[in-house]
Amino acid sequence: MANPNKAKAERGVMRWIDDRFPATSMWQDHMAKYYAPRNFNFWYFFGSLALLVLVNQILTGVWLTMSYNPSAEEAFASVEYIMRDVEYGWLIRYMHSTGATAFFAVVYLHMFRGLLYGSYKAPRELIWIFGMMIYLALMAEAFMGYLLPWGQMSYWGAQVIISLFSAIPVIGPDLTQWIRGDFLISGITLNRFFALHVVALPIVILALVVLHIIALHEVGSNNPDGIDIKAKKDETGKPLDGIPFHPYYTVKDLVGVAVFLFVFCVVIFYFPEGGGYFIEKPNFEPANPMVTPDHIAPVWYFTPFYAILRAINFSLFGLDAKFLGVLFMGGAIAVLFVLPWLDRSPVRSMRYKGWMSKVMLTLFAISFVILGVLGVLPTTGGRTLLAQVCTAIYFAFFLLMPFYTRLEKTKPVPERVTG
Amino acid sequence: MADNGVNKGRRRFLVGATSVVGAVGAVGVAVPFVASWQPSAKARAAGAPVRADISKLEAGQRMTVEWRGRPVWVINRTEEMIERTREFDASRLADPDSEELHQPTYVSGPLRSVRPEIGVLIGICTHLGCSPLYRPEPDAVDIENWPGGFFCPCHGSYFDLAGRVFTNVPAPTNLVVPPYRFEGDDIIVGEDEEAA
Amino acid sequence: MKKQLFALLFAMLPVAAMGAPAAGVPFSMEPDLQDKASLQNGMKLYVNYCMGCHSLEHQRFSRAAEDLEIPQELVEENLIFSSDLAFNDQMHIAMGSDDGANWFGAAPPDLSLVSRLRGNDWVYSYLLTFYKDPDTVTGVNNAVFDLVAMPNVLEPLQGVQEKVCAETDRPVEGTEPDTLSGKYQSCETLQVTQPGQMEPEEFEEAVYDLTNFLAYVGEPSKLQAQALAPKVLIFIFIFGVIAYLLKREYWRDIH
Repeated sequence: MANPNKAKAERGVMRWIDDRFPATSMWQDHMAKYYAPRNFNFWYFFGSLALLVLVNQILTGVWLTMSYNPSAEEAFASVEYIMRDVEYGWLIRYMHSTGATAFFAVVYLHMFRGLLYGSYKAPRELIWIFGMMIYLALMAEAFMGYLLPWGQMSYWGAQVIISLFSAIPVIGPDLTQWIRGDFLISGITLNRFFALHVVALPIVILALVVLHIIALHEVGSNNPDGIDIKAKKDETGKPLDGIPFHPYYTVKDLVGVAVFLFVFCVVIFYFPEGGGYFIEKPNFEPANPMVTPDHIAPVWYFTPFYAILRAINFSLFGLDAKFLGVLFMGGAIAVLFVLPWLDRSPVRSMRYKGWMSKVMLTLFAISFVILGVLGVLPTTGGRTLLAQVCTAIYFAFFLLMPFYTRLEKTKPVPERVTG
Repeated sequence: MADNGVNKGRRRFLVGATSVVGAVGAVGVAVPFVASWQPSAKARAAGAPVRADISKLEAGQRMTVEWRGRPVWVINRTEEMIERTREFDASRLADPDSEELHQPTYVSGPLRSVRPEIGVLIGICTHLGCSPLYRPEPDAVDIENWPGGFFCPCHGSYFDLAGRVFTNVPAPTNLVVPPYRFEGDDIIVGEDEEAA
Repeated sequence: MKKQLFALLFAMLPVAAMGAPAAGVPFSMEPDLQDKASLQNGMKLYVNYCMGCHSLEHQRFSRAAEDLEIPQELVEENLIFSSDLAFNDQMHIAMGSDDGANWFGAAPPDLSLVSRLRGNDWVYSYLLTFYKDPDTVTGVNNAVFDLVAMPNVLEPLQGVQEKVCAETDRPVEGTEPDTLSGKYQSCETLQVTQPGQMEPEEFEEAVYDLTNFLAYVGEPSKLQAQALAPKVLIFIFIFGVIAYLLKREYWRDIH
């Protein structure tokens, strides 16, 4: 500190770099002088946590590829090789498998935050769309990753999901064969899924994350009050309700990281299979194209959409139930993309929206959880009916949004952030 | 917002404490990633000590056992071969007393072995990794006063029957003696004597 | 609000895998990987009674020796029967899977992961519930695996078990308990009718050890995880406390 020569030398080095690369200005734009609203609450931890999990997945994933063997003959044994023979292989593998669960848990909470405070509304439509693309890429990434251990659930889960494409009229059967590259799921399929899982999709996801953050930092973060902090600035042009991201939110997020890591490690060390929901029991048996496990359920993060798929057991408008189910499942994800244009409310945050929005969001969240639970259970008549009701609520939340958001009476929005 | 009322000392201490604990954590996270590059149990199983029966090894003969993917020679030297090796002109050897440590500590003397008659050497030339040829007879190679030994055809290095390298050849050091021990009629290559 | 959210987070964590037998099996056991004597006895039983047909393709003798604290010489003398197998090898069997398929109708499966595939309770119940059934090829059947192709290899230890009508503490579906004794009448009760080398309690203990060993084989890394977990969690907790103090210090500026 007390060494002026050293400080001078550091400035000199920084100037040398800054003349060639905008290190200081990037630091200031995105950290030290990126003004975030000062009223972020619990829900605002999950963005940085998602980034942490992404780093975890990439790092552990790279290490797993060092010992994994993507061939139908060797894949299963190579996972056990990692679990037993490679030093700390078990830890790296569980960090990766638990990381997949953590990624979706964190992303779902992050998305719910967006719904709660209207973070998708203008001018943040593109942030939302980039985010949805990340979510879509993440689902593909997780699905392909789940095939790699080449266990029974890997195999039959992939079989079910790939078969969804066969529901598409005319081209369906040829399309599924093209995806598999064989007449059944085989080592050929495993190889291409491996390439996509470890090379192609991670690149796509990283690029989308960069776009997501650039778009966010261009317009600035929303907040629980849903008001624009840039509207009120002091004489230096700094938002009155804004605080520099660094150090205030870096130190705050650090606390979130510690809490998250604690929970994450409890799972890794004590419940890595997650009671059969993170790593399913049939996956401890090598893939066998001749024998289907008694009960096939996707991993928990796909179950809401799987429940929607199974809920459609009727034909409509001349479309058979199979194709209709696929359409509904696809629609359930697609409708999220147009969300910014469905919400016609003059306010962003749920705090100032009317009772109809609040009721609808609550019902939606409950339905989503119920669908998630139904997705892991075998179907019965009653459960299918419940799934149909929940599917109806799921779509009603979105499709009726243009009406109830306009009809309801909103509360006045404060000038400055609260709390 | 400004500096009023800020306890700079405490702040600096907490930043330091968080950084130190965080750095320890980062090192801790690195441990499994670094450790996972160690030879796995599979590699270690493949590199485990190998056992060979040497009771049938005739005097003057050599047998080769594979240890960690490399040839290990076991030669049963005759009295005459031992004599030739012991009395060879040390000035023609680069490291006659094996001062550079290319053998276990319990292996010593000009014969570089536990028992004078049984020589154990890793059959890889210390120059560029070729496997030298066994030429035990005097005058088996075109070199003056050849005591018997090994000749590497790749770049022309010479070693005597104890694996000691000649001067003025490309190979820089003596052939490596692996850890080994005897158990009855068997030799166990890859395990030290103390470990027994 | 915050508390509820954390409760939600924790509710998402699996709380399964504890207590009560798994669905559909009569007996339950809790593995104890710290009980080396039990694991050692389990390995001895496995090698003597199971390894004729069932390999442990992913389990090395050497790893078991290390984790179960058995000296190498003892393993080599007492547990490795085949001269083709070395101390560092996996626990392979000599029988080819085609032979197995011919002799038993199905190749005896590798059991490295059976405890994770079917669960410890299932393995424990399976080994305890062989009973005499003259209608099957092997002369025995199993309460949790109907028409199983495997003979009861533990019969010399257990004796012959048969289904008899008797009183039992176990609730029987569709019947009421006796009002006086509180016991149920069941003709599905398994009882040893010709004693083996072991008393029933002794046999149950032996099966516990065998199941315990298979639980270990399913996930040997659990020993390492159990050892490492408290250190990691305590470290993260300390880091969290310091990070919280740091956050509170900086946020004095805001409030």
